[in-house]
Amino acid sequence: MPTAPRFLPAGESALVVEFGAAIDAALNDKVHAFDRALAQAAIPGIIEAVPTYRSLMIHFDPRVLATDALIARLRRLEMAPEAVAPARHWLIPACYEPPHAEDLAEVSAALNLAPERVVALHAGATYRIYMFGFAPGYVFLGGLPPELAISRRPKPRPPVPQGALLIAGGQALIANRPMPTGWYNLGATPALLFDPRRMPPVAVDLGDRISFVPVDGATFATLRQAAADGAPAIRQKA
Amino acid sequence: MAHLRILGAGPGATIQDGGRFGYRRYGVTPAGPMDWVAFRTANLALGNAADAAAVEIGPGGLELIVEADAPVSLAFCGGGFAWFRGGQLVGAAARLCLAPGEILAARPGVAGIFTYLAVAGGLRTPIELGSRATYARAGMGGLNGGLLRAGDDLPLEASTGPCADDAMIVAPWLRPDPDAALRVVLGPQDDYFDPGARDLFFSAPFRVVAGDRMAYRLDGPPVAHSRGYNIVSDGVALGAIQIAGDKKPLVLMADHPPTGGYPKLGHVARADIGRLAQLRPGRACRFAEVGAETARRALQRLEDEIATTTNFCRPLRRQVALAGVATPDRTAWSAAGNRHPR
Repeated sequence: MPTAPRFLPAGESALVVEFGAAIDAALNDKVHAFDRALAQAAIPGIIEAVPTYRSLMIHFDPRVLATDALIARLRRLEMAPEAVAPARHWLIPACYEPPHAEDLAEVSAALNLAPERVVALHAGATYRIYMFGFAPGYVFLGGLPPELAISRRPKPRPPVPQGALLIAGGQALIANRPMPTGWYNLGATPALLFDPRRMPPVAVDLGDRISFVPVDGATFATLRQAAADGAPAIRQKA
Repeated sequence: MAHLRILGAGPGATIQDGGRFGYRRYGVTPAGPMDWVAFRTANLALGNAADAAAVEIGPGGLELIVEADAPVSLAFCGGGFAWFRGGQLVGAAARLCLAPGEILAARPGVAGIFTYLAVAGGLRTPIELGSRATYARAGMGGLNGGLLRAGDDLPLEASTGPCADDAMIVAPWLRPDPDAALRVVLGPQDDYFDPGARDLFFSAPFRVVAGDRMAYRLDGPPVAHSRGYNIVSDGVALGAIQIAGDKKPLVLMADHPPTGGYPKLGHVARADIGRLAQLRPGRACRFAEVGAETARRALQRLEDEIATTTNFCRPLRRQVALAGVATPDRTAWSAAGNRHPR
């Protein structure tokens, strides 16, 4: 590896392999490459790994592996060049109308942008899928226009509805389950991206691209019903 | 089929096993017991696998009846609850052989939040993504992904062999020193706090103010960040001490999200996480810094002690009959719990 990652303990049963602190495609590629190399190495005692924007969290059984021994092993990890499936580009319906746009007015006021401008910026961007995590089907995106950079809330807000489109800290995400959050809710997608009967359970993949296609409230309702009945509400860009 | 029928359930009763592993990258938390020490003890008292599915009972208690053709062996412990067999107080931790039609009830005692009820062979509820653990926020596992409520039937293994003798469970690890500091391994974002803030965290007393299966909120002196509180989201492990903009610690528990974006000062050692889980709102705690290797050895010692102590079940010579102890009043607490939706 050109730059050595930082190894940071997260208790006695987990270790963070940190490649940087930014949202950056090249950095994220390193995380995904390390994740694949780790899976290849099949080190005894590793339970699972969680790729994020800029780091990989490795969960392990501390009866089998000690933190120092794991770090020593990871320093010797072979980073084999590997063919990666080409990224796909998904078009995802999004409704920015009430009642789905719960925090649009708040964001508009905080950023001093008209609500229409906030929506146009959010729907006009092409995003890259950097990570899942946080909750089932949550999809974390890079590519949020810098005009929409807003700090997280100092304290979490009440749960957002299923499919909420959230922004905070220069990041964007699709929240596939109702959860309390420190982010701001701009709208919602009728798509249901997580299905435990499917393997893998998330419909889209790390590294894929995403754009949002605005739809009105009636279309949202129709598509949500179809999604609940098993029809995919998302499609690949031609 | 043999089952336990829930007659009444207060808030927070769920089915848990060792946890759901391998899906954190998709946002699926492991869940599993809040107090793994008590959970494991209840299973081992029956000769079960240590991570067999059992009932985690929250502060609202639980009441059930055995509906089976043959006696069923059960064990319970954790959290200082008062357990009643047919209205008679048994104690806080025991292994019992219950005949068909017998009623068992747990009511909260003077301390603790969670108690565990294991059954010989483990509960046979459906497996979802490799586990029976309930992750209620995502509607996953357990019985239809939700909290237990009156009328639920918990399926048992068809035949579990002869019933074990009634016994008290007497285990020192179920009564830890309540004043001992909770051990904490620093990192991964300890560099978001200056040394003064870290020293304050490890010297000041904190108080649990609220909690659920996802996180415990603590109050104490403000723990100030040196570089703000927005980090680019990264992984989260059980016991993470997350400090958000309000400068108050939030300790992430069994249902924690697999990733998060607030700085994490450290992680409560796995050996002490059950002790924290049992602290009711209002209770105080302190933290002590240890290295990852010290925390690992502490966990290993505790796990070994639980796994190798064979005599923590002491034969119950006579029924404990306590005059003047009221029989459990089911209506008061079952009514409250049954309103909780799945």
